[in-house]
Amino acid sequence: MRGMRGRLLLLGGALCVIAATAHAEDVKRGGTAVIHMVSEQGVLNPALRASTGVYQISGKIIEPLIDKTYDGYVGVLATEWSSSPDGKAITFKLREGVKWHDGKPFSCDDVAFTAMNLWKKLLNYSTTLQANLEAVDCPTPYTAVFRYSKPMPLELLVAAMPDLGHPVPKHLYEGTDILKNPYNQKPVGTGPFKFVEYKRGEYIIAERNKDYWRGKQYPYLDRVIWRFIPDKAAAAAALEAGEIHESGFNGISMEDMVRLSKDPRFDFGSKGFENNVAHSTVEFNLRNPILADLRVRQAIYHALDIDFALKTIMRGHGKPGRGPIPSAGGANYTDNVPTYPFDLDKAKALLDEAGFKPDANGIRFKLRHRPAPWGEYTQLWAEYFAQAMKKVGIQVELVTNDAPGFLNGVYRDHDFDTANGWHQFRADPAVSTTVWLRSGAPVGTAWSNQFGYKSDKMDNLIDAAAAELDPAKRADLYHQIQKLEMTDLPVIFAIEHPFLAITSKKLRNHHNTPRWESSSWYDLWLDQ
Amino acid sequence: MSLPVPPLLAYAARRVVQAIPIIILIMIGSFLLIKLAPGDTVDALVGDMGGADPAFVARLRAEYGLDQSVMVQLWRYMLKLAQFDFGWSYVYEQPVITVLTSRIGNTMLLMVSSLAVAFTFGVALGAIAARRAYSWTDNMISTLGLVFYAMPSFFLSLLLILIFSVKLGWLPVGGIRTIGAFKTGWADVADVARHLVMPTAALSLIYLAFYMRLMRTSVLEVMDLDFVRTARAKGAGGARLMFHHVMRNALLPVVTLLGLQFSTVLGGSVIVETIFSLPGIGQLAYTSVVKRDLNTLMGIIAISSVIVVIVNVVTDLVYAWLDPRIELK
Repeated sequence: MRGMRGRLLLLGGALCVIAATAHAEDVKRGGTAVIHMVSEQGVLNPALRASTGVYQISGKIIEPLIDKTYDGYVGVLATEWSSSPDGKAITFKLREGVKWHDGKPFSCDDVAFTAMNLWKKLLNYSTTLQANLEAVDCPTPYTAVFRYSKPMPLELLVAAMPDLGHPVPKHLYEGTDILKNPYNQKPVGTGPFKFVEYKRGEYIIAERNKDYWRGKQYPYLDRVIWRFIPDKAAAAAALEAGEIHESGFNGISMEDMVRLSKDPRFDFGSKGFENNVAHSTVEFNLRNPILADLRVRQAIYHALDIDFALKTIMRGHGKPGRGPIPSAGGANYTDNVPTYPFDLDKAKALLDEAGFKPDANGIRFKLRHRPAPWGEYTQLWAEYFAQAMKKVGIQVELVTNDAPGFLNGVYRDHDFDTANGWHQFRADPAVSTTVWLRSGAPVGTAWSNQFGYKSDKMDNLIDAAAAELDPAKRADLYHQIQKLEMTDLPVIFAIEHPFLAITSKKLRNHHNTPRWESSSWYDLWLDQ
Repeated sequence: MSLPVPPLLAYAARRVVQAIPIIILIMIGSFLLIKLAPGDTVDALVGDMGGADPAFVARLRAEYGLDQSVMVQLWRYMLKLAQFDFGWSYVYEQPVITVLTSRIGNTMLLMVSSLAVAFTFGVALGAIAARRAYSWTDNMISTLGLVFYAMPSFFLSLLLILIFSVKLGWLPVGGIRTIGAFKTGWADVADVARHLVMPTAALSLIYLAFYMRLMRTSVLEVMDLDFVRTARAKGAGGARLMFHHVMRNALLPVVTLLGLQFSTVLGGSVIVETIFSLPGIGQLAYTSVVKRDLNTLMGIIAISSVIVVIVNVVTDLVYAWLDPRIELK
């Protein structure tokens, strides 16, 4: 018996060795990965524009202090991080021996300069996150100490860093007009790929960085090319013809995605988007007296067959929402919240109770609904919403508009009864999620509280959570926020869905981190 | 003593001067029209970014001059335009003139090649159809023309891609060059030509049908006229009758249409350029509307109006050449 186990162990060990060597031999170096991009990016500086469209490109060129992997947060340009007991000083140990693409060394000066001049002043979402940042000290060239006037939860800062923590080279930005700096269009970073050329409307090319700090073997690819193909059908054809290797963030239509997923040449799925989860929503304008009645909002929730919509629109890729924080939110997420299962009779009863009886034509009241133009999901979800409401006697008129029209109509003019869009979760609820529920943001701010929802209890919980240093207490506060939102219902977080990608099987090691599209792809290789 | 000015040149110069107030009016009108659309480029940008805080938005608006009243913005824009300064594109983060010049070549290439194909084949097929009116050949040409005319260009484009790129693998799906191939000289020309085959076909087939129908009617009409009978009577036959007498006269309405359609092709190129991801003016116009990139859009309108004016003048000159009875005044 004992001998058997020993042999098994030995065998297991041998297999591991074989697997490891096989893996190392398998990797082919060289080649060019061609990636589909739907829309053009004017700014390629992630310290100026926090958006996945920018990271998709800049992530290969400019690296963050910390990245998120399936094993949790790992250091990239930082190696260690810690907080003082009062939460007012957060220290990052920086990686030594890293060079910018122009050969100059990376040091704390770059981090301090970027933090004070870009992250604090110019970067969207980061200006709020870093509002209390007073200074960044550099006691040694590889130690950065962030000093805050109010306690900053280490957990929050670390969670925000993969997106909002990209340093740029001080020597190229200091003393210039940062917004007009030409390096915003030809980024210089420390990443595995160096920027080569941006041909507007056509492509961006980045080539292998021969001096990459992870070692000479990385990156495996010679080149990455991003091709701009605005038409989704044409992009699907380009995938089929083998002209592009990958399309992420639902870059082609669901119909084509499902069709190509059956093609043995492609991988399909939501893996690699765990950090980019979004909610499909129904947003109420509480200024409308009908919708101000909680029973009406509850009735609307009960009238939505979430599972049906999930199956038909998202083809099963997603799950019912449980309030403002998605299940990807880790410890801050709870599913212990009030829910509103699909129940037409209950919906009708609630509407009757609220005093909205159907007229001769079976109509109780009418709603003007603005769907956000964020693509296939929002469009179809709006159409489903209108259909579902018809069944309980609510007539919904869809007011379609393009992005600026939607943002103005909803956030500035509040000219809507209901709206739907999606709300993207950014690693920590304090980065963008709670901004949506807190009162007091100036009118017109996109993705701020457009509902006219004001609850002192909610505001206090949000403020307390943002300043709480103890992770357990912090998580408890976010659970309370979820419960309160699911009770008050200023917005229905109906479905949480990851994005989807279709990838040629020639690409290897693809989608192997929870924010893969934004990551550096140092270990991506091409089997050809 | 005044210098004798050739009448042709004087005519062209006068037409150009007349065009200036028209272009100014177009610019003011378009500016106000674009301003009527809800939201501005900052809204579009924020939408793309997935949100931003109020300070960030206010700073961008001030930076782009969008915090001023529409009239102040219009005045500033027209002042700059008077100095041939098209301003800055906040979407591409480049001067508008750079954005335009990098793309105008592709669009002109596409337009000229499609119109040339459409005109040549349209006129030829139309003439053949008219010569053999109501025959089997005529019916086939006319039916085919109708099919092309009725087919939406986006559908035709996707059909071509499906057949020639996905199934057969003969032609590239889109773009203007093979990216990352870095070809030079004739290899580059051949590469661009290969990329233009399908867009040109998609754009020209619709217009081809136009010219064909018009040419057919026009030739049939001219063939019944007295001077054709006279020509035939004095012994002109076959090719000479057709090319020298009939077609030259029948071309007049077709040339009118060609001049008029130059501007429509510019519009049609929006769809074709978008589907074939050709970096041209049409695709640029579309994205500029969506992103409310006012400066770029105004630059496109300015260039397009200049092109249309020039084409109109050239059309008039071609008239005079085709039909000596028309005088340039």
